[in-house]
Amino acid sequence: MAKALVSLLEKQFPGAVLEAHSQHGDDTVVLDPARWKEVARFLRDSAGMEMLVDLTCVDWQHREPRFDVVAHLHSLSKGQRLRIKARVGDVEGEEAEIDSLTELWGSANWAEREAFDMFGVVFRGHPDLRRILTYPEFVGHALRKDYPADRIQPLVPYREVENIQKLPPFDQHEGMSFGRQTHDFSRGED
Amino acid sequence: MEPLDLDLDHGEIELAAEPMLINVGPSHPAMHGTVRIVMELSGETIERCDVQVGYLHRGFEKMCERGTWTQVFPYVDRCNYVSPMLNNVGFALACEKMLGIEVPERCQWYRMILGELARIADHLTCDGAMVMELGAFTPFLWMVKTREMIWDVLEEETGARLTHSFGRVGGMAAPPTPGFKEHTRAVVDHVRRVLDEVKRLLLGNRIFLDRLEGVGVISPEDAVSLGWTGPALRGAGVAYDVRKASPYLKYGEVEFDVPVGTASDCFDRFMVRMEEMEQSSRIIDQCLERMADEGPINVDDPRVVLPPKDEVYSTIEGTIRHFKIVMEGLKLPAGEVYSYTEGGNGELGFYLVSDGSGTPWRVRIRPPCFFVTGGLERIITGQMVADVVPCFGSLNMIGGECDR
Repeated sequence: MAKALVSLLEKQFPGAVLEAHSQHGDDTVVLDPARWKEVARFLRDSAGMEMLVDLTCVDWQHREPRFDVVAHLHSLSKGQRLRIKARVGDVEGEEAEIDSLTELWGSANWAEREAFDMFGVVFRGHPDLRRILTYPEFVGHALRKDYPADRIQPLVPYREVENIQKLPPFDQHEGMSFGRQTHDFSRGED
Repeated sequence: MEPLDLDLDHGEIELAAEPMLINVGPSHPAMHGTVRIVMELSGETIERCDVQVGYLHRGFEKMCERGTWTQVFPYVDRCNYVSPMLNNVGFALACEKMLGIEVPERCQWYRMILGELARIADHLTCDGAMVMELGAFTPFLWMVKTREMIWDVLEEETGARLTHSFGRVGGMAAPPTPGFKEHTRAVVDHVRRVLDEVKRLLLGNRIFLDRLEGVGVISPEDAVSLGWTGPALRGAGVAYDVRKASPYLKYGEVEFDVPVGTASDCFDRFMVRMEEMEQSSRIIDQCLERMADEGPINVDDPRVVLPPKDEVYSTIEGTIRHFKIVMEGLKLPAGEVYSYTEGGNGELGFYLVSDGSGTPWRVRIRPPCFFVTGGLERIITGQMVADVVPCFGSLNMIGGECDR
């Protein structure tokens, strides 16, 4: 069904489609990472792929480029599905960068944050690329194949937070800038 | 009486002039599941907010890469822990799609019945918890009592109330028990009665309606763009249900309707779930009618299904077969597959990558409520603080599935 779509892509973006297959009935195109967003925009606007169902990565540890960025697209109106992939990163896992799709689909926001958190793939142009499932002090990227499953993370000390002069426990009258007045005058006057 | 003479110069009530930051969670009575919301308030209106998930991250996808394909079942159980059977079936279907096998007809009906029971349990929990957070405790107790009855059926079938681990690649762990149909019919009748009672309790209640109607509105376009699926998307008026759009198992052969909302507010999401329970009951009735009492449950494929125990202990072929499947694991052909089913919260997808060995290379679970929770920020910005509770409740965020 989506065969026509794949050949349309090949015609529209010469050189951008590196491979195509439909194993187990899932139509897949492998794209040039430099044209990732351009093709995705075309798929959304002209091919009716309204929904980015999922976006994730696969780590092929010893391959160059190392990571597959995999996105599953779905057209509700046409009932079509398409998987697009791009390969990024060197063997060390450095320079794994690709354009963010957050401008095109809202679901890309959290999905890309998760992919960044778990694999260390950087999405250029993402408005808020923070870790999402782990915490900011987490060392490494947990779903990379060279991250040992039993690694113990370092203990996190107290976080440095701006505009907080004092950490709890607070004294009785500290910590609240909007305390309610009490009419208990006896203490101060004695 | 003397006037109260207070020296106000020294003790005026201070009000904060700058926006107030308020933090809810990660452990808060109104946040079922561990999620943290940091809100910036102006008065009582939420100006900005940041929804932080991940407090229940247990690294399932990493753990899946360490065992065999069969050993993934206990992990998917613990993802959406209010409807684990749907996850079991979803994962089994993904592996079967990769192997190119189809389970016998009796097993397909059986999976559908168990799955729909799990869906009713899921929706009962969500709607019940939602109304409880709004102060209505009675419907919650009634619904949870009904859920217990569903779990009784599942316990009788699987041996466990919550984490069944009952699915297998190529079938189920055990055939239906003799009293299964009778027991299920009784429970489904009870579900219908309770739904009726709950509706009569709630739908005339002004407080309940005022807190849900017109709250947490999202446009259908936004919902689709955010990747919402399931009751949350149908509440926004988009009639997308995987069971209808691309039927798996025997969903193409049973009659049921897909309820959709019109106002796409919290009330619609609540009502879509209520109506879906009715539809699930309808599906179960038809499945019970059509499921055969006799017949195989597992596929007849020695590569996939464990041999019967008496064969294992008496023949060398049986022993070897058992050993190969248990020790080396099923050999899924190298390649990738994306298989999706309708989970409790929407499209539950499994993206599996196999390198041809017995160990998964990558198991990606596409959690429906991760994307739904991703839209929470959008629907509560601009609302009042008190609206966070019904909005969050109507999305049915399940921590285990969202954070994995």
